[in-house]
Amino acid sequence: MDLTSFASAATVHILIGKGGVGKTTTTAAFATACATQGLRVLIIELENRPDLGASFGHEEPLGYDEVHLLDHRTGGSVHARVISPDDALVEYLNDHGFLRLTRRLISTGLLDVIAGSIPGLRDVLVLGKIKQIAADNIADVIVVDAPATGHAMTFLTSAAGLMDVARSGPVRAQAASVVEMLTDPSRCRVLLVTLAEELPVSEAIEAAFLVEDKAGVSLGPVIVNQVDVATPALHLSSLDAAHDQGITLDAELALALDAAAAFQLQRVSIAREQLDRLRHELPLPVLELPRLLSPAIGSDEREVLARVLTEEFETMEGLLP
Amino acid sequence: MSTFISELSDYNVIVCCGPGGVGKTTVSASLATHFALNGRRVCVLTLDPARRLADALGIATVGNVPVHVAGITPGSLHAVMLDAKGTFDDLVDLYAQSPDQAASIKSNRLYKSLASSLSGTQEYMAMEKLYELTRSDRFDLVIVDTPPTRNALDLLDAPQRMTSFLENKVFRALLTPTRAYLKVLSVATRALVATIGKVAGAELLEDAIGFFQAFAGMEQGFAQRAGEIQATLRSPETAFVLITSPRQDAVSEAQFFAERLSETGLAPAGVVANRVHPLFLSGGLPEAVASSSGDLGELVANAVALSRVAENERAVLETLTTAVAPAPVLSLPLSGSAVNDVEGLTLLSQQFS
Repeated sequence: MDLTSFASAATVHILIGKGGVGKTTTTAAFATACATQGLRVLIIELENRPDLGASFGHEEPLGYDEVHLLDHRTGGSVHARVISPDDALVEYLNDHGFLRLTRRLISTGLLDVIAGSIPGLRDVLVLGKIKQIAADNIADVIVVDAPATGHAMTFLTSAAGLMDVARSGPVRAQAASVVEMLTDPSRCRVLLVTLAEELPVSEAIEAAFLVEDKAGVSLGPVIVNQVDVATPALHLSSLDAAHDQGITLDAELALALDAAAAFQLQRVSIAREQLDRLRHELPLPVLELPRLLSPAIGSDEREVLARVLTEEFETMEGLLP
Repeated sequence: MSTFISELSDYNVIVCCGPGGVGKTTVSASLATHFALNGRRVCVLTLDPARRLADALGIATVGNVPVHVAGITPGSLHAVMLDAKGTFDDLVDLYAQSPDQAASIKSNRLYKSLASSLSGTQEYMAMEKLYELTRSDRFDLVIVDTPPTRNALDLLDAPQRMTSFLENKVFRALLTPTRAYLKVLSVATRALVATIGKVAGAELLEDAIGFFQAFAGMEQGFAQRAGEIQATLRSPETAFVLITSPRQDAVSEAQFFAERLSETGLAPAGVVANRVHPLFLSGGLPEAVASSSGDLGELVANAVALSRVAENERAVLETLTTAVAPAPVLSLPLSGSAVNDVEGLTLLSQQFS
């Protein structure tokens, strides 16, 4: 399979994963990879993390209005915008002819109370807004950087949950249309993002089953970030390797090189073990992104990850339904 | 290193805060292990421990009740896993004026989803449980692991925000469908109620009315309790410890948290940088080694790359250290495997002494 066919099979791609797994970086890399294939990409950022813009060299914070981040010679592009639950709520009320009501709700502080007391309402309105943007056809691919932490699951199950509580009215209709989008694999896919470490892998496995069973959403491949890699030379003794090249190493340096090699090999073996477990327990393709040694993700790093991701899609086996 | 732990030795409550994915639960538990090994009666409140660690502590299937962890003396270690819904139920039982009132609240559909999923509920319940544990004289130190929170205020004000939600007067007035109220309500307000019902659906509105009616009379108890929790958090006996990883994004979040904390007049007592890379090479390499190729070249490239990571981490931590000064910053090394048992916790806790 190639990236273009995967990305074109559905418009909305939601990336979910716990905090610290590099979800925002993966969002940026996936968007870049799609744009490089000539696709028009819109990133929807839900938590407004500063690192997304920064990875495109865009230093100002992103906002409600769309920002242009990238053009590619193939005609592909990346735009990004933020949707906050409050924006979505106000917009929803305005769109439904409750403009005057909205003003009153805000001035009395009731908006918060109402949104807070209807569980899942904020998430459903955000997803409803995403659905509307997808229908506008302004982008070929919409990449959603979902909220991190335990919230990722509730984000996907909120609509079904809301339908249990609200049994009539426009809110129910909105929830129903969101469920319809989420469960239609030709419109929406979920990509899990994780790390090749024990806890994140366990959480990804758990999340995968929950997403499919509870939210009924189609899962794309699992993207594993920051995978440690090693070359075969790391198994050799540095003194031997130096001897082969006629170089004399002092003992202290030899120890340091060997210690560094042993350290890296151990990291790699932990990563391999966890990747095996992930592949064994989940019937999903697993794509690997290498650990980059730079302190922050800038444009260069994003481009590298986008290239690797494109190749990973090329070799991806196990076609998705 | 000793400054970090000596800085923390005099507190009765330690609140561990920080971004997600940095190992907060493990660090909280090993900090608790350290103090128990040093003679204190410690209880650690965890929120979402990894399955294997929870199994090892004996709390995988038990929520809300402190479980004794054997083999850590001369003090003692108890662990408890937060059950947010159960804690909320207990609170309702405590302040309900009759068992009937408690039952009618707990059976309300809106309450059920509120108690388990309203954003802020987990933070609120963590703080409530913490307060409850500090009031018990079974423990002389309570350590709490908190949900990943960007803004310190979300944690500190969680009880207040929840109580003001429960006692929002306008909402209560709007939703109490007594004739007396309807008479005094303006036409505009009546239209508002009708519209809320139209948007949200009649059943939801009924549930909401039922919920707020059921809570009537309990607001004062809740508000008072929230005030007491707030006082505990702001007490000089409570320390905030920030836990982060040495990566730029996590450190930025930790710094953001520290800034919000200081705006409320509080400051972190210490910072833990968890999982810091070891520095294998310091200083330059001999030219022949640096420019070598083949197998040696690969060995050198690996050591250089890892050292660059370690150096970057140290630079990031230096800015953090300046930002949170005078709070001490303790670095914990990146270890080979996950901490899954009491032995691992004990091993990690040695890093504190």
